[in-house]
Amino acid sequence: MRRVRHTVPNVLLAHVALAAYTVIALFPIFIIIINSFKTRKAIFRDPLALPGPENFSLVGFETVFRQGDFFLYMQNSLIVTVASLFFILLFGAMAGFALAEYRFKGNTLMALYLAIGIMIPIRLGTISILEIMVATNLVNTLTALVLVYIAQGLPLAIFILSEFMRQVSDDLKNAGRIDGLSEYRIFFVLVLPLVRPALATVAVFNMIPIWNDLWFPLILAPGEATKTLTLGSQVFIGQFVTDWNAVLSALSMAMFPVLVLYLIFSKQLIRGITSGAVK
Amino acid sequence: MTSHRRPIRWHIGIFLAPAVLVYSAFMIFPLFGTLQLSLFTTSEQQTSFVGLDNFRILFGDPRWSGAFWNALVNNVWFFVIHMLVQNPLGILIAAVLSNPKLRLRGFYRSAIFLPTIMSFVIVGFAWKLILSPLWGIAPDMLKAVGLKFLFAPYLGKEEYALTTLALISVWQYVGIPMMLIYAALLSIPQEVIEAGEVEGVTGFAAFWKIKLPLILPAIGIISILTFVGNFNAFDLVYAAQGALAGPNYATDILGTFLYRTFFGFQMQLGDPNMGAAVAMIMFLIILTGVCIYLFGIQMRMTRYQL
Amino acid sequence: MKIKSLFGAATALLLGSVGVATADVTLTIESWRNDDLSIWQEKIIPAFEAENPGIKVVFAPTAPAQYNSALNAKLEAGTAGDLITCRPFDGSLSLYKAGHLGEVGDLENMKNFGAVAKSGWSTDDGSAIFCVPMASVIHGFIYNKDAFKEVGVSVPTTVDEFFSTLEKIKQDGSYVPLSMGVADQWEAATMGYANIGVNYWKGEEGRQAVIAGDMKLTHPDWVAPYAQLAKWGPYMGDGYEAQSYPDSQNMFTLGRAAIYPAGSWEIAGFNAQADFEMGAFKVPVQAAGDECYISDHVDIALGMNKATKNPEAARTFLNWVGSAEFADLYANSLPGFFSLSDHNVNMTDPLAQDFVSWRGECNSSIRPYHQILSRGTPNLANEYWVTSANVIRGSMTPEEAAAHMQKGLASWYAPQQ
Repeated sequence: MRRVRHTVPNVLLAHVALAAYTVIALFPIFIIIINSFKTRKAIFRDPLALPGPENFSLVGFETVFRQGDFFLYMQNSLIVTVASLFFILLFGAMAGFALAEYRFKGNTLMALYLAIGIMIPIRLGTISILEIMVATNLVNTLTALVLVYIAQGLPLAIFILSEFMRQVSDDLKNAGRIDGLSEYRIFFVLVLPLVRPALATVAVFNMIPIWNDLWFPLILAPGEATKTLTLGSQVFIGQFVTDWNAVLSALSMAMFPVLVLYLIFSKQLIRGITSGAVK
Repeated sequence: MTSHRRPIRWHIGIFLAPAVLVYSAFMIFPLFGTLQLSLFTTSEQQTSFVGLDNFRILFGDPRWSGAFWNALVNNVWFFVIHMLVQNPLGILIAAVLSNPKLRLRGFYRSAIFLPTIMSFVIVGFAWKLILSPLWGIAPDMLKAVGLKFLFAPYLGKEEYALTTLALISVWQYVGIPMMLIYAALLSIPQEVIEAGEVEGVTGFAAFWKIKLPLILPAIGIISILTFVGNFNAFDLVYAAQGALAGPNYATDILGTFLYRTFFGFQMQLGDPNMGAAVAMIMFLIILTGVCIYLFGIQMRMTRYQL
Repeated sequence: MKIKSLFGAATALLLGSVGVATADVTLTIESWRNDDLSIWQEKIIPAFEAENPGIKVVFAPTAPAQYNSALNAKLEAGTAGDLITCRPFDGSLSLYKAGHLGEVGDLENMKNFGAVAKSGWSTDDGSAIFCVPMASVIHGFIYNKDAFKEVGVSVPTTVDEFFSTLEKIKQDGSYVPLSMGVADQWEAATMGYANIGVNYWKGEEGRQAVIAGDMKLTHPDWVAPYAQLAKWGPYMGDGYEAQSYPDSQNMFTLGRAAIYPAGSWEIAGFNAQADFEMGAFKVPVQAAGDECYISDHVDIALGMNKATKNPEAARTFLNWVGSAEFADLYANSLPGFFSLSDHNVNMTDPLAQDFVSWRGECNSSIRPYHQILSRGTPNLANEYWVTSANVIRGSMTPEEAAAHMQKGLASWYAPQQ
């Protein structure tokens, strides 16, 4: 009885606190979106007002669509993110399997070597990365970004995936070997499907930083044809900084795909993060 | 089954090769390239080996050392704010959320995590507009709750600008500690909590005495993630304050200092060699932090858990 | 360190293969003039493309404050466009020396430019020219005529009148007297220090004296502009410390401010956005009847990225930039950018006419920190941004700022040691 009486005000308090913080978290996003649908005068005169018939305007979006190639940027971001994730997962799982499954000379050393990158930001090697890309003619290609993001994502991927692969039962693999399956088939057919949750976790951890990165697109692929959404919006905002209609619309446009994807995938995303941490 | 001798197992090499190749070529090799670059100097298109001279200039020449120490001190403060605000706040929200009887948990969790998935470019600019004295959202809102006197042009004042940026970053990234701690709290076995309840430890005391010690490893991981992230930060300051990190370099952190040194700014030309030296120092700082964590904190923690 | 040689080899390969291609070439122009995007897209580029079938041109600007660093990064990486908009003097000279800009002195239409125009983009000895001059900009103040009428003030000609005007506008309360902020810092140096300073250091006279080492930056003539700036703060908008350059532009064109410390490049944008009548006045002198000086800065030119894959097309475009047609098109589509060529250009915009008329009354001089003096570390131009903003915010006294500048300059510039 006593516990119940205590819980009710506590729960109420929790709701108040969480709701308050939720407002803080969502408010800036809300403000940007509502103002992107208003006239210039209305944006400045009454920033908190909702767009209505008397102040509605799409002039900002018109500028965005006329001047910025946001669909191309979005496409570039998607290609880079998906390709990077695919190779991080494939290469990471392969290497993780090798480290988890086989005992060989230098196994621990290799594991350590591959783990250095978890803690050292790849940005510190930017100068040489740029040289390599210039030498191989990869500057201003999406390939350059994908290669860098794979290298950036691999260490953590290998670390998490090898932990998970150690837990896959030996009986299963040995049964496969007795049936005459090659090591490759054992990996692709037997083991990989079993670590799907771990793959999801790795994908989640890598997706956000890759999608949002400004540094490498700015340095390695700033060309018009290869701009990612993050760089494209940054450059667009720089160009139209005086025109708040355009700036606010560009911000909304950049938020939009992320918001939609988040609404669809937030359950999986959050499960991915939490399952990875629980391990 | 791995004990008896067998022919060379090519598949191990094949499994490892792609990862090792890409990782070595684009991560390890460039780090060594940076190290090498930092030991040379370039003048009139001629490159020559100077040993540690660039580092002597960085620390010894007042024209460089002043800017460097300023960036480092700012970076430390940036990190301190995250440790003092972001992580406790994240833990607090996670603790409240972990109450299984709470409704709408999923909604709160998703909403509070939302800013984390936005890019700094968007977040930095959005906040810049909101705090803009011209637009007046921040002053109007403070006025509405009778706190108008609290408003200042935060991003333009030397004494507030960096703290303001750090708090914006906290706003954005509080979702990460929240999630990780939330997961750690969920993984605490129910029996442990029930055992506490039997002994009369409930509510806040239960959190403090039972749960907190159990989530210490997660807090350790969050701290080191914060450390690495903060000493590598760049995007927010660049997006909100520009490469010159105004006012009066008050928001200059190592990332922006590196960018300016390497690529130059306005009439100042970039200097790849000094840039590499700055990058090496950042590398050493991060490495030191990580080693302290691995050998100092994590080892003690594992022992404690046993 | 190896970037350049590797890059050279890569370029040579590419250049070798370009001769075969006959398809349309596309030239990309790097620029900081983001405000001019639509004018390039709608007027200038179509005019060129109509005369030169087979060459397409794309204008790809970056924000002014980020232009130089972004351009440097792109040039290092080999990702920069074919044509590079040139900052005057050392900014471009260093790019030329680093091998990023090709020579343009042999273009036919370079004959249309005088020595002053070329000086901004030549080597110190004048032997090589690396950009085709496009325009100069003039500094002064743009004001809201309606606001002046309403408050009942007239155009100030002396410094004292200037401050009494500001004071009256402030007392009246309906307008912010000065629309400027210090968040981006460069306005404080460009529209502040360099704008008002010419009247104190007597334009070219003072500028040349500092370059020669005959005058220090701590000389009263160089401290006085700081001292005037220090008094500007109270007349700027609430929270001017965080007010960015676009904030200031919007504040003025929304009709909330009375005076805008300006460069003439603002004219086109202001004409489009403001719905009140504007006028311009030149920098007030210290005492009535004093000889006056203006900051008339050779500002913008166009050069060729040495690594371009389309050097012939790029040279065709550059030669066109030197033509009478371009001079007319540019000056009239972008009132406030005054042509540097010898062609006779008729300007139709009254505000631009105001600015250019000062050339007849006053002595012209360029910004003091652009030639030679920004070649070392610390960089004098960057330092002027920071100290001018500091002085306005009151975190540095004028004397401290001047001493700081002198110390920085003397640390690497031999004539000042």
